[in-house]
Amino acid sequence: MAEQEYTIGEKTIVLEGTKKIPIYIMGKRYEVLEGLTIMKALEFAGYQIKRGCGCRAGICGACATVYRLKDDYRLRFGLACQTTVEPEMYLTQIPFVPANKTTYNMDEITPDVSTIEKLYPETFRCLACNTCTKACPMEIPVMDYIQALMRGDIAKAAELSHSCIMCGMCSMRCPAEIQHFHVAMLARRLYGKYVQPKAEHLAKRVEQIKAGKFDWMLDELESLSDEELRQRYKDREWEPEPYDPAWKPQDTKYLILE
Amino acid sequence: MKKSGYPESLQESLANVEKTRSERLKEAKKQKYFPKLSPDEYREVLEKYHPDYKPEERKPLQVGPNKGDMLQPELLAVLQGRPWLEPGSFEARLKSPDLSTDVLVIGGGGAGSAAALLAAENGADVLMVTKLRHGDANTVMAEGGIQAADLPYDSPYFHFLDVIGGGHFTNDKKLVRALVTDGPLVIKWLEDLGMMFDKEPDGTMKELKGGGLCRRRMHSSADMTGSEIMRVLRDEVRNREDKIRVLEFCAAIELLLDEDGAIGGAVFYNLDTEEYIVVKARAVILATGGSGRLHLHGYATTNHYGATGDGLALAYRLGVPLKNMKYAQFHPTGAVFPEQCVGMLITEKVRTLGGEPVNYHGERFCYPLEPRDVEASLFIRECLERGNGVVTPTGRVGIWLDSPMIDMLHGEGTVAKALAGKYLQFKRYGIDIAKEPMLIFPTLHYQNGGLEINEYGETKVPGLFAAGEVAGGVHGDNRLMGNSLLDTNVFGRRAGAKAAEFAKQRQEVKTLTLKHIEKYLKELEAAGIEPEIQSPVVLPDYRHQEVVEG
Ligand SMILES: Cc1cc2nc3c(=O)[nH]c(=O)nc-3n(C[C@H](O)[C@H](O)[C@H](O)COP(=O)(O)OP(=O)(O)OC[C@H]3O[C@@H](n4cnc5c(N)ncnc54)[C@H](O)[C@@H]3O)c2cc1C
Ligand code: FES
Repeated sequence: MAEQEYTIGEKTIVLEGTKKIPIYIMGKRYEVLEGLTIMKALEFAGYQIKRGCGCRAGICGACATVYRLKDDYRLRFGLACQTTVEPEMYLTQIPFVPANKTTYNMDEITPDVSTIEKLYPETFRCLACNTCTKACPMEIPVMDYIQALMRGDIAKAAELSHSCIMCGMCSMRCPAEIQHFHVAMLARRLYGKYVQPKAEHLAKRVEQIKAGKFDWMLDELESLSDEELRQRYKDREWEPEPYDPAWKPQDTKYLILE
Repeated sequence: MKKSGYPESLQESLANVEKTRSERLKEAKKQKYFPKLSPDEYREVLEKYHPDYKPEERKPLQVGPNKGDMLQPELLAVLQGRPWLEPGSFEARLKSPDLSTDVLVIGGGGAGSAAALLAAENGADVLMVTKLRHGDANTVMAEGGIQAADLPYDSPYFHFLDVIGGGHFTNDKKLVRALVTDGPLVIKWLEDLGMMFDKEPDGTMKELKGGGLCRRRMHSSADMTGSEIMRVLRDEVRNREDKIRVLEFCAAIELLLDEDGAIGGAVFYNLDTEEYIVVKARAVILATGGSGRLHLHGYATTNHYGATGDGLALAYRLGVPLKNMKYAQFHPTGAVFPEQCVGMLITEKVRTLGGEPVNYHGERFCYPLEPRDVEASLFIRECLERGNGVVTPTGRVGIWLDSPMIDMLHGEGTVAKALAGKYLQFKRYGIDIAKEPMLIFPTLHYQNGGLEINEYGETKVPGLFAAGEVAGGVHGDNRLMGNSLLDTNVFGRRAGAKAAEFAKQRQEVKTLTLKHIEKYLKELEAAGIEPEIQSPVVLPDYRHQEVVEG
């Protein structure tokens, strides 16, 4: 129980007796605390990061890092903000990925293989070596979605690539020079725009709003006194949680049921 | 013993959580939770436990339009900071701008990108300049979702009430109206741009509730909603390279006025070459986002690296008033274990899906979906006053968020799918959140207030617009989840369209000046203030950070 002292802040707290370990940042040796992420180890070593740091939470893809472990020839890939340092790790961050993004007008393309052929023809050079998959810090089956695209299966490529953070490591490693993360972006947009069915209730609501059908309700709210507003707030009818498909609101005055 | 991602010292409490789980689950299935507080009870809880309600931690702002406001010291340092430029010697540089444009967008998050697209669509040439990469922003981090009243049993009326009640009736009603009216238009815009929403097979949006929402209204794209919005907007901005130029790794360090007092452009600092860049513009949109990295009250934060409140400092110096800056949002659920993840957001969706907060003993102690400030205060009370928190090996305190309930309620695999990002992140540290709970404590999350704008995103400086987290008034003193992704799009789009119009109608940009800095420096001097730091902050400095020995 919380009887002992505790802290709240941002600073990394290290238990007494925590060792320092050597790591090599761009070839220079530094002693850093064990257990730090690569990002915090860089800062601990004295770097103020400019490129190579965004969300610090594994979602923006800014901090791709290439590293090698002791006595190993293999290059490994990870996110600096998510990967913990290991003794004698050799590492460097990748400040920029010069991959080619083509431009297109979403209204003029179709969700099929011809679009991929036209915009990203190199996709079809895939050698099925799976290096892209191995380079992915998000554990996305990258090669599988490339193969899906080669078959014109936009839906599958979109779904498989959904957690892509666009760090670009796949494309940096690919011997066939495919722009995986950009072609996957195209696939997801095609899927969202053309393959997934449209939300009809949304289209209807947009029409209602444009026709000004809710204006009187909002006029009314704007004109209420604070006290009256508070009362309305208190009186809101509450939809049950979790979702109950059988629920119907009692008060329908402020709804438009068409 | 079964495999656990937690150390021995936490096992006793973990066992308590498991012991009470089946009983709690039964209740949850019957929709029985710990009772909600009534709105009348909020005040007391907030005043006693919310970090931002403590009067002793505040000082008065001494200069500018909000002079006298009691603010947090970290914020004061930025608002009363030392400008980067020395006006006298820099003035000559203003005669030869490096770049010029119709509309200058500062910031490449959701608001900036939406603004750039709409400004371009309305015929303006756009230059977007951003501090990090385009998309390295708070927007990309949003997990839970985006609100909009588009289901039949919902309407902008109820959305309005939720927003204004959640904001404790301190919101600007005109802004709230714009937010809820444009909501469905924004979702439709995103759908047409090709955003992947979570949908039923027939196309109906899968929508959830959230803290303080009386109807289901939260749209999502797995637990990467902000990431998906950002990816789509960024891709579209790049498709418009004919109209939109993007300049990355350049931070705005000063805004410029022309002789007539209208906006004239901005000065940027190129992070790579460490040179200044002068941009002349007919209209400027500030979309620099929030300020979590100022670490108010020393709290850890969920925010991205560049969230240092730069836009506040820049516009405040020009005399743009601030609104609703009194309370920052502390998100109830930030990670406190493992140490590498401290401060990281655990989305509210965990609670919407049925993962409950429980204390050291595995007991429920609050309704899981109170408004955020109230929920955070209740967690703090449970740990600090009642002593029912769990202390980690590094000496942090927290309570459990019982995520395994989610699979038990919605079927195995739900956590791995609906919370894919978090699932993977914890897995990297050996914790399976489908089987073991997470340890959490409130973390600094969102700048509720900001620059004063009207419903078109206009500030009081002619030609200067603000949109997104940098602006204030929409959410009042407390924002509800899912309303800021919406806000960035609603006001980003509105500001973009209006700025294009302004730029088109503007005759000319007269001689650029830095007179406002001279004035501001005089004001500081008169108030007897010696600036503590250079402002805007641009990047936080975590070098050689002193490491606290536990
Ligand atoms: C972890 C997390 C989860 C969230 N979850 C949700 C959610 O589920 N739903 C929801 O609605 N909201 C959520 N939010 C809030 C929401 O994401 C943000 O409030 C919103 O996206 C802010 O958008 P923005 O465009 O205003 O700012 P940002 O997206 O932060 O963009 C600001 C941009 O300005 C740039 N910038 C900053 N300073 C300068 C400068 N001096 N010069 C040039 N450029 C500069 C930055 O680099 C960045 O590109 C979440 C926030 C966080 C941090
Ligand atoms: S900093 Fe964003 S993924 Fe690491």
